[in-house]
Amino acid sequence: MMNGTWKVDARDGKLAMAHIYVAFVALALGGLAGLLQVLVRSGKFELPAGISYYTILTTHGVLLGLVLTTFFIIGFQFAAVSRTAGTLSDRVRFWGWVGFWLMTIGTAITAFYILIGEASVLYTFYAPLQAHAGFYIGLTLVVVGSWISGFAMFAHYAKWKKAHPGQVSPLLTFMSVVNMILWLICSLGVAATVLFQFIPWSLGYVDRINVLVSRTLFWYFGHPLVYFWLLPAYMIWYAIIPKIIGGKMFSDSLARMSFILFLILSIPVGFHHQLVEPGIDPVWKYLQVVLTFMVVIPSLMTAFSMFATFEMYGRSKGATGLFGWLRKLPWGDARFFAPFVGMLFFIPAGAGGLVNASHQLNQVVHNTIWVTGHFHLTLATTVVLTFFGAAYWLIPHLTGRVMTKAMNRLAIIQTIVWSIGMIFMSSAMHFAGLLGAPRRSAFSTYGDAPQALEWIPYQIAQAVGGTILFIGIILVLIIVTNLAFFAPKGETEFPVAEVAEQAERTPLVFENWTLWIGIAVVLILIAYTVPFIDMIQNAPPGSKGFKLW
Amino acid sequence: MHMHKYEKIWLFFGIGSLFVFLAVLGVGAFAQGTQPPSCLTTIDPEKVDQTPPFDKPGLVKTGDNEYQLNIVASAFAYTPNQVEIPKGAKVTINVATKDVIHGFQIVGTNVNMMVEPGYVSSYTQTFDKVGEYVILCNEYCGAGHHLMTSKVKVVEQ
Repeated sequence: MMNGTWKVDARDGKLAMAHIYVAFVALALGGLAGLLQVLVRSGKFELPAGISYYTILTTHGVLLGLVLTTFFIIGFQFAAVSRTAGTLSDRVRFWGWVGFWLMTIGTAITAFYILIGEASVLYTFYAPLQAHAGFYIGLTLVVVGSWISGFAMFAHYAKWKKAHPGQVSPLLTFMSVVNMILWLICSLGVAATVLFQFIPWSLGYVDRINVLVSRTLFWYFGHPLVYFWLLPAYMIWYAIIPKIIGGKMFSDSLARMSFILFLILSIPVGFHHQLVEPGIDPVWKYLQVVLTFMVVIPSLMTAFSMFATFEMYGRSKGATGLFGWLRKLPWGDARFFAPFVGMLFFIPAGAGGLVNASHQLNQVVHNTIWVTGHFHLTLATTVVLTFFGAAYWLIPHLTGRVMTKAMNRLAIIQTIVWSIGMIFMSSAMHFAGLLGAPRRSAFSTYGDAPQALEWIPYQIAQAVGGTILFIGIILVLIIVTNLAFFAPKGETEFPVAEVAEQAERTPLVFENWTLWIGIAVVLILIAYTVPFIDMIQNAPPGSKGFKLW
Repeated sequence: MHMHKYEKIWLFFGIGSLFVFLAVLGVGAFAQGTQPPSCLTTIDPEKVDQTPPFDKPGLVKTGDNEYQLNIVASAFAYTPNQVEIPKGAKVTINVATKDVIHGFQIVGTNVNMMVEPGYVSSYTQTFDKVGEYVILCNEYCGAGHHLMTSKVKVVEQ
């Protein structure tokens, strides 16, 4: 049934690698920006030559939050659909390259305006701070490029379905399609605000902007964005890790069901980023809080599936006792170790997320550096370590090389370095946030206020952690460069797990896209229609643009 | 679709505790009135200085031990930049901005809200402990964002 090619076609590999190169260049530059930020916030270091902290901060957010993630994800997914649903057609590959170049050119334009200081508006670009129009136009190209790549993947999937009527599609292809549908639906929000509000306003065609509408459209996009980052990590956990450890997938249907639940439940939830803002009735905030928490269900399913896979494998190797199976796992294999550590970090990360999204508790931590600590666990540890773990087999697979034992050992060390750095940095951020330290702020003692002086030691700890993390970035860049250009030639497997024998046949209902997209749209309409109309009907006078940096 | 027995137990307790948690939040919000700041009042952001109560920012006594604290936020300061509040006072804080989005956080309390052009942000807080509390801007607003601060002094009556 699974008759996809075992090796990704070289031409498809080139397309995937192009994305991955950009992703790791973004990691290098964005990581450097991060290092400068933690140093500034320690209070012991000032940026030279009048460089603004906020320019660096914008660079860090755009490069790591938007560029690293989107490029790695699209590159990985092109490789995954090519591996599991067969070599891309020339047309699909052509549009993949169009998408790649649009995203790359867009990134370059946006980066240019950030670096010349015309766009220190952070990656959330809240109006009425007004960047140069080029910043918004560049971002638009990134999004449009990603859409084109998404449609290229849909076309590839449709071709597979046509050639295999009545069959369940390969899991990794199915998951890539879900992730791109999610991305498409949510990025309509940011596209709407950028095209209809920010670009005309920054070009001077209109004078004023409706701030609350722009923020609401942004957060309609902003939360599913984090699931767009997370789902590829889940793809690796569900469909690849079991193969790496030598086991089988626990259940194909449950994996698909959890992806469909993420598709439905991760969009109508943006208000939990807007809990403490005016102009939105708290009833609607609460409704979206409830919807936000529904993603706990697929998250619990994922946790169960992963550990069930691990335990089944361990026991098949003769493990006994309650936790004996843990000892059978391949701890020395970086392809397993890095994502596994990522999974462990997801436990405190998820718990912190529950706090953030709680209707009332949010007020305690909103816009404090606690939140930064939170998403350095989710994105910068769980997701990123999983991506690193995937790069350790994906890059040599695509470049026709093999990872040496020495590089594998370095990758294990990299994971440990990353964990230590993150424990320092993220814990310090969480504690300082509870004391009240704000996020997104340069060093300040607020007039030597005793309350502010209390959290300065934590900022020193952040700098220690951030510096260790930067060493982690250097290590991963060494490994990636080695795998791409210097590792010995050879064959590396693109691991794809098979389903355990006792698992049931997967029903076709998961590919009833009209049904699932329909439910997603209905939930979005329920969650947003009334408050959105309220915002427009009761809108205050709009805002002119400000350039305050 | 078949689910493993252990997975059913796991999900039963997981989802069960999720609903208990959501019920706690809901009861807190709707039965006990602990809602996040969600004021619906609008204001012309260019006429904040002329619009009452922001034409005369500061603390106003509105009743027995009840006060209103009206604050104007702008890049990169709050007006007034210091305020004394008698201990135990129940204070309704109203904040409006003249330019971009700001944050309004009183460190060490639950007062933490976004201040957005066109809207009044409001929250009621009782100050029970004597001391000095930093007010700071926790939403990026420009080059001087980290210098945007003010303070509340809670003093014995």
